[in-house]
Amino acid sequence: MIKTEATMIDTEKVRAEFPILSQSIHGHPLVYLDSAASAQQPRAVLDAVAHYETTSHANVHRSVHTLGARATQAYEHARSVARSFLGAKDAEVVFTKGCTEALNLVAHGLAEGWLREGDEILLTELEHHSNIVPWQMAAARSGAVVRVVPIDERGDLDLSAFDRLLGERTRVLALGHVSNALGTVNPVSAMAARAKQAGAVVVVDGAQGAPHLKVNFAELGVDFYTISGHKMYGPTGIGALVGTREWLDRLPAYQGGGDMIHSVSFAKTTYAKPPAKFEAGTPNISGAVGLAAAMEFIEGLGYDALRASEDALVRDAVEALADLDGVTVLGAPKERCGVVSFLVEGVHPHDVGTVLDTEGVAVRAGHHCAQPLMERLGVAATVRASFGAYNGPDDVDRLVEALGKVRRLFG
Amino acid sequence: MDSELRELYQDVILDHNKNPRNVGTLEHADHHANGNNPLCGDKVRITIEMEADRIRDIQFAGVGCAISTASASMMTEVVKGKTVAEIDALVDKVHRLLTIEGEDPAFSDAEESLAALTGVREFPMRVKCATLPWHTLKAALHGGEEVNTEDEG
Repeated sequence: MIKTEATMIDTEKVRAEFPILSQSIHGHPLVYLDSAASAQQPRAVLDAVAHYETTSHANVHRSVHTLGARATQAYEHARSVARSFLGAKDAEVVFTKGCTEALNLVAHGLAEGWLREGDEILLTELEHHSNIVPWQMAAARSGAVVRVVPIDERGDLDLSAFDRLLGERTRVLALGHVSNALGTVNPVSAMAARAKQAGAVVVVDGAQGAPHLKVNFAELGVDFYTISGHKMYGPTGIGALVGTREWLDRLPAYQGGGDMIHSVSFAKTTYAKPPAKFEAGTPNISGAVGLAAAMEFIEGLGYDALRASEDALVRDAVEALADLDGVTVLGAPKERCGVVSFLVEGVHPHDVGTVLDTEGVAVRAGHHCAQPLMERLGVAATVRASFGAYNGPDDVDRLVEALGKVRRLFG
Repeated sequence: MDSELRELYQDVILDHNKNPRNVGTLEHADHHANGNNPLCGDKVRITIEMEADRIRDIQFAGVGCAISTASASMMTEVVKGKTVAEIDALVDKVHRLLTIEGEDPAFSDAEESLAALTGVREFPMRVKCATLPWHTLKAALHGGEEVNTEDEG
């Protein structure tokens, strides 16, 4: 017991590092339970961005002056921070707008030269739209077909169905590390090993993984992993694609423009090596700086302590919500991380969300961009409470209290 | 905030949400349309039977929050017997009520319940919930099949 507590993080102290959380909403101290949509940024990230913008801003990779050198240095430093943070030693980190762009980049590239008519792209029933739609587009372009690994009644992937679906036609397995709607942690490594044995390329949407779980790209044994900066205490509009060098060499360029070329003439253009090949145009330099600061912030907390605190919180929340009359928690995955989805009997999630907001409690209500999953669960929408490093037991109490108001109003 | 919340969830709204009127699908509909709010997944289907230029019967079906359910339910009550031109004017009036601060359109006695939607104005994120059934009604009457909240301004 003592050992567990020793590895927890001090959420009060962490909360104080997030200026935005000190405000009141509708007369109540803000309880922010929507980190799965967008996590808040600590002062260290805000300061890093401000410092870059006020001292070093210029374009990268081209200017010979001092600011240009500083900007290039800051941007490439951010890349090396990301590389070591993600355990991508023998891989490359490509900066993107976020997970969505990273997944589109891969899906688009694989549709050219890898996917053929009749090939199969294996997705899961848990996927976010951003890991569904790009693959449908890739399928439409290549003649491949999308197949889907179902979930069981607990909200875990049905691994025997996965084994049955996996075959010689499977050329891609694309799956989320953690479900944004149910919090299910998928056995990515084991699935990747089987998929790769079957000859498929493995792409992981890590939007909800990296904010909570230590990612070691090499150990995961996947070909691509994507992250989103604003889901992990960084700015919006920045994210990254980690890919093996072999695959990044093989993928065609995604967009053409400045900085991604080796040489250009009207007769022939040769492309730069990855990662530059995939970073056409002036990148989000301050975003990369902020993302690196966010990674350092997480490392400062330590993933073990973060996970221990968040797991305890999620367990408490599931228990407290399940104890409430008329409240149903959705899913009971073997391993749940970061989020709890629930329903209040007779009250639409949007109405729940609006009432909670008037008590200063910010949750997400809706389909969470996972409509196929909602269909499978037989609901149009859910209320989702999602947790970050700054959430403590008091936040769960406030959520439960505010739900009392929902039931009084709609009772 | 509590007074605004009560303004949003007035008794009329809560009543229509709990006991929505005219729920179902008319078998011999002359007009129908589906409304979708892709951002929240709400859906409404409206079916209408006409008599000459007037709505004789109207029903709605779908899934939605208290605001969209009550809005659809009240709508079905007030539009019965109205002509297409009258309904067009009413849809416009409701749209103004929901979106323009200080707008207080005059409703007839029969339409009075609609004034309960005024509270939605204080919750900009919820305006589309209230307007969805009305846009869908308009589409049904004017030959549109699908309405999507993200296709309008």
